Amino acid sequence: MKTAVIVFPGSNCDRDIAVALEAVTGRKPAMVWHRDSELPDGTGLVALPGGFSYGDYLRSGAMAARSPIMRAVSDAAAKGMPVLGVCNGFQVLTEAGLLPGALMRNAGLNFVCRDVALTVENAQSAFTSRYAAGERIMIPVAHHDGNYFADSDTLDRLEGEGRVAFRYAEDVNGSARSIAGVLNDAGNVLGMMPHPERRIEPAHGGDEGRRLFEGLLELVA
Amino acid sequence: MKLRIHVTLKPGVLDPQGKAIEHALAGLGFSGINGARVGRLIELDVADSTDDSAIDAMCRQLLANTVIENYRIEHLEPAK
Repeated sequence: MKTAVIVFPGSNCDRDIAVALEAVTGRKPAMVWHRDSELPDGTGLVALPGGFSYGDYLRSGAMAARSPIMRAVSDAAAKGMPVLGVCNGFQVLTEAGLLPGALMRNAGLNFVCRDVALTVENAQSAFTSRYAAGERIMIPVAHHDGNYFADSDTLDRLEGEGRVAFRYAEDVNGSARSIAGVLNDAGNVLGMMPHPERRIEPAHGGDEGRRLFEGLLELVA
Repeated sequence: MKLRIHVTLKPGVLDPQGKAIEHALAGLGFSGINGARVGRLIELDVADSTDDSAIDAMCRQLLANTVIENYRIEHLEPAK
């Protein structure tokens, strides 16, 4: 499968996620600059990496969400292409309107950088099929603006439709209903604050993140 | 034409920074602090011919995130 990683000025997990994608697909992803207006032909999956695109100017992800490549990503997402946004990538997806809600400053105001326990809420999605519903996994977080907010109607809808992919199993950042990752209504766009690409081999302390990428491979193969 | 765009958090959206300010003011000995909320002020200088609908679109598309924020447009000089 051909994959693509979007690189914004200030992305800093683009190479990490590229390593994770290459580990499961066997081929290097295309690194696509944010000024490009098209994805490479045959792209089967797009990843928006973590980092501090545009230095978090205005709001985290706000500037990146309006960059030229995001029109192509939105069009591809509308046609069903899987899109994974991690950390800053999640912020970009909400700012671009591809996912509901917003990510605000952590409730404790601190940058949180540690391994956290997550509960897999939905194991049916393309991204989570290699996990068991209710499974507890450890995945690192590293963010200042990870406090998920949406109005209560939206939160009810997300929960009712099984669109909460992951929930924090401990207090991390004040997120509404402890939401760590959400899916779009079609299930092909996932945004999550924790970094699965930082836990893909035992040397990382565990490899629970690897299954997320393996599940995607199965989907698009 | 000069404008000020006031971007504020919607009522009901928790504001941890505002809470911290509230507590810091109390810590300095100021009493009667009933609340503090942090917003953003954007000063814009645009062509006089810019119409209100374009300014509104700028706010909705970029300057404010309407999921969590409200905005108010203030004209510093009367529009011609």
